[in-house]
Amino acid sequence: MTELERHSYDVVVIGAGGSGLRAAIAAHDSGARTAVICKSLLGKAHTVMAEGGIAAAMGNVYEEDNWKVHFRDTMRGGKLLNHWRMAELHAREAPERVWELEQWGALFDRTPDGLISQRDFGGHRYARLAHVGDRTGLEMIRTLQQRAVSLGIDVFMECTVTNLLKDGDRIAGAFGYWRESGRFVVFETPAIVLATGGIGKSWKVTSNSWEYTGDGHALALRAGATLLNMEFVQFHPTGMVWPPSVRGLLVTESVRGDGGVLRNSEGRRFMFDYIPEFFKAETADTEEEADRWYTDKRNNRRPPELLPRDEVARAINAEIKAGRGSPHGGVYLDIATRRTADYIQKRLPSMYHQFLELAQVDITKEPMEIGPTCHYVMGGVEVDPDTAMSTLTGLYAAGEVAGGMHGANRLGGNSLSDLLVFGRRAGEYAARYATGLGAGRPVVSDAEIDASAAEALAPFAIDGGENPYTVHQELQAVMQDLVGIIRNEGELESALEKIAALRDRIKAVTVEGHRQYNPGWHLALDLRNMLLVSESVARAAMERKESRGGHTRDDYPMTDYDFWGKINLIVELDSSGAVGIRHQPLPEPPPELAALLEEQH
Amino acid sequence: MTYDLKLRIWRGDSSGGELVDFSVPVDDGEVVLDAVHRVQAVAAGDLAVRWNCKAGKCGSCSAEVNGRPRLMCMSRLSDFPQGEPIVITPMRTFPVIRDLVTDVSFNFQKAQLVPAFTPSAEQPQAPFRMQQVDVERSQEFRKCIECFLCQNVCHVIRDHEENKEAFSGPRFFIRYSELDMHPNDGLDRKALVQDERGLGLCNITKCCTEVCPEHIKITDNAIIPMKERVVDVKYDPVRFFRRRAARR
Ligand code: SF4
Ligand code: SF4
Ligand code: FES
Repeated sequence: MTELERHSYDVVVIGAGGSGLRAAIAAHDSGARTAVICKSLLGKAHTVMAEGGIAAAMGNVYEEDNWKVHFRDTMRGGKLLNHWRMAELHAREAPERVWELEQWGALFDRTPDGLISQRDFGGHRYARLAHVGDRTGLEMIRTLQQRAVSLGIDVFMECTVTNLLKDGDRIAGAFGYWRESGRFVVFETPAIVLATGGIGKSWKVTSNSWEYTGDGHALALRAGATLLNMEFVQFHPTGMVWPPSVRGLLVTESVRGDGGVLRNSEGRRFMFDYIPEFFKAETADTEEEADRWYTDKRNNRRPPELLPRDEVARAINAEIKAGRGSPHGGVYLDIATRRTADYIQKRLPSMYHQFLELAQVDITKEPMEIGPTCHYVMGGVEVDPDTAMSTLTGLYAAGEVAGGMHGANRLGGNSLSDLLVFGRRAGEYAARYATGLGAGRPVVSDAEIDASAAEALAPFAIDGGENPYTVHQELQAVMQDLVGIIRNEGELESALEKIAALRDRIKAVTVEGHRQYNPGWHLALDLRNMLLVSESVARAAMERKESRGGHTRDDYPMTDYDFWGKINLIVELDSSGAVGIRHQPLPEPPPELAALLEEQH
Repeated sequence: MTYDLKLRIWRGDSSGGELVDFSVPVDDGEVVLDAVHRVQAVAAGDLAVRWNCKAGKCGSCSAEVNGRPRLMCMSRLSDFPQGEPIVITPMRTFPVIRDLVTDVSFNFQKAQLVPAFTPSAEQPQAPFRMQQVDVERSQEFRKCIECFLCQNVCHVIRDHEENKEAFSGPRFFIRYSELDMHPNDGLDRKALVQDERGLGLCNITKCCTEVCPEHIKITDNAIIPMKERVVDVKYDPVRFFRRRAARR
């Protein structure tokens, strides 16, 4: 039997970003012995990169704001494919979760009367995002990290989980390795919360870090849980395009929320040419009205630059394709001519530094060059809205790895609030389940441990095989070129063929050196997850024959409310391990919530 | 424009190591971390390095580049003299694990010693009322990305293992300052930071401030004011007494 380190807990959380830490705190507070496992050091998770803010209808700036308006905005932004109950819980509970951060020491920017200030963002009717300059994610993760440390929650840093272990049809534990030593470790636990974030590292132009390899999605699938609506991938409209080294790096939506506008090479504010029917009634159609909106929201409609992200990304894509792009293949984002240097430096300090230091562009004087970048996956593990449990007993998911909350497109600012609301729920319900088990706890089997160990060591056994870095680059090119913002049947078919070929090739990937802190080995193991998740995205994209939110088919350009608008696509593995897709009806909201969606503003 | 860049990267582990020469193609506008990744992809797949955001936001990629502690992802290749090799070594103050990766657990231990934020008796429950001017001073310190470059450069511990026990370091002096300046914090940590966290060992050389990638004025805005407040509390018995009384 494989020799290894063992730990036993009631709840194990995988991932230490916003949702993971919030889940761990909740599980701990519910009396469960809790551990958090993370691939990086504590406090480095991708949440750190979130800039804009946390959407919560506290009504500090506009007292008309309330959870119902937030619910409506979220559902409409998601093109009505959200799970209504998740959108409801999220909108109702977000304010409490933000105040809780303040209770734990977070220092948000303030309104003149000393409350938490709230800023404008795309798709939100009112200024709603609690923020700290443009580094809100850092504030959030630091607050949660400091809280978790002060509660004495165990954190296993630089530790990667490669397999979930089961006892019959229940979760029994997790198998992983320490990055530092390469040694194996087993966590015996009846309840696991996946909080592993997204999948963006499978695309070439991405705002995501190396950690975003779809681990949680793949772990869940392989353990027998289901994924939901994986075809919906958000391309953030504004990523840096130059220099090449920073291509894809995020430029916060706050630039537009704070007055920035998009222009093409002819200097035209082209977003006015792309206002879709669905949002006509609530979007300004002249520059004058759009500009008045920043100071008077009651009597003016929103500028089209603040349409939901899918709309803006598609418009930018179309302008570039039409030959009206900037020299490096983007379009211009201009705040320099619209706001004072002082205002820009105050509101957008990290953006100011990011452009100055990485691109030698002074955003108070010149426009930025930006273009779409792979940013977020709306699809994810299928969960029960109230408890965050997946279809597998003992497996919970929260944050980006969970599906349903954001429908076909996520609004900016709804991610951080999602992490808090469903992180807490997942932690609490996982703890309830685990502590209620009594003597009937599931047991980890030695056979599964041995199999996991053999699988993890496989890349060392092969000589003269392929370099994992090369395979990764090829996968990124396939996903970028064939499963990008605009898709069609022919390209998706070809993507699936190429992914199948890559899946064969990773079986022969070789790594140099030994097990101690070996990034080549780590990548070789992550590739498995990336390929499984990429295939899920491509298959789901092939199946959904319409365009909606983060899924655009140029062979099916219309949004189809009668058929596809009522369908969730479920991804699951069959007994041979092949990826299958099936249709499942979308749950319908009760009449009183459905009525909110119809309301015109 | 693509050209070949010469790099000398320290490779080894806790038992020792050496500088190894590499030459890789790089492009205009790239940063040191890009070059290190290129080495990984084409020449040394097992080269150990930490990074996450590649945008100066996570503080993972700290190392010493040509002897200067900095973030590799924010060091543009064009800022180094052309033609000369760029030398990259791990942070010196922390024990090496492998190659450019060091054991920074010292910092996580010091983090555990910080008494958490504790709301004041006047406003025990959020939402709090606090003015922007009052939160701004602490907000400066909360910009910290925990790159630990300030810790790495501080001479009190850089070559003095023996001081580590009693010294939390500049990253934590700003943390104590941040809590001290929080408009709604109700704990007094001044004596603690002076006597037990080693503030007294700092002799204000300002090396920490110079390397901070977030441009936090560690010495001027945190350490010096904190030292002054410590003196106030400790040596002015009348004020000391009055503060204690006010807290009751
Ligand atoms: S100023 Fe103090 S804390 Fe900063 S480097 Fe010098 S001795 Fe260390
Ligand atoms: S204070 Fe500055 S140098 Fe020190 S850890 Fe924080 S960001 Fe890094
Ligand atoms: S990689 Fe995040 S700071 Fe350099």
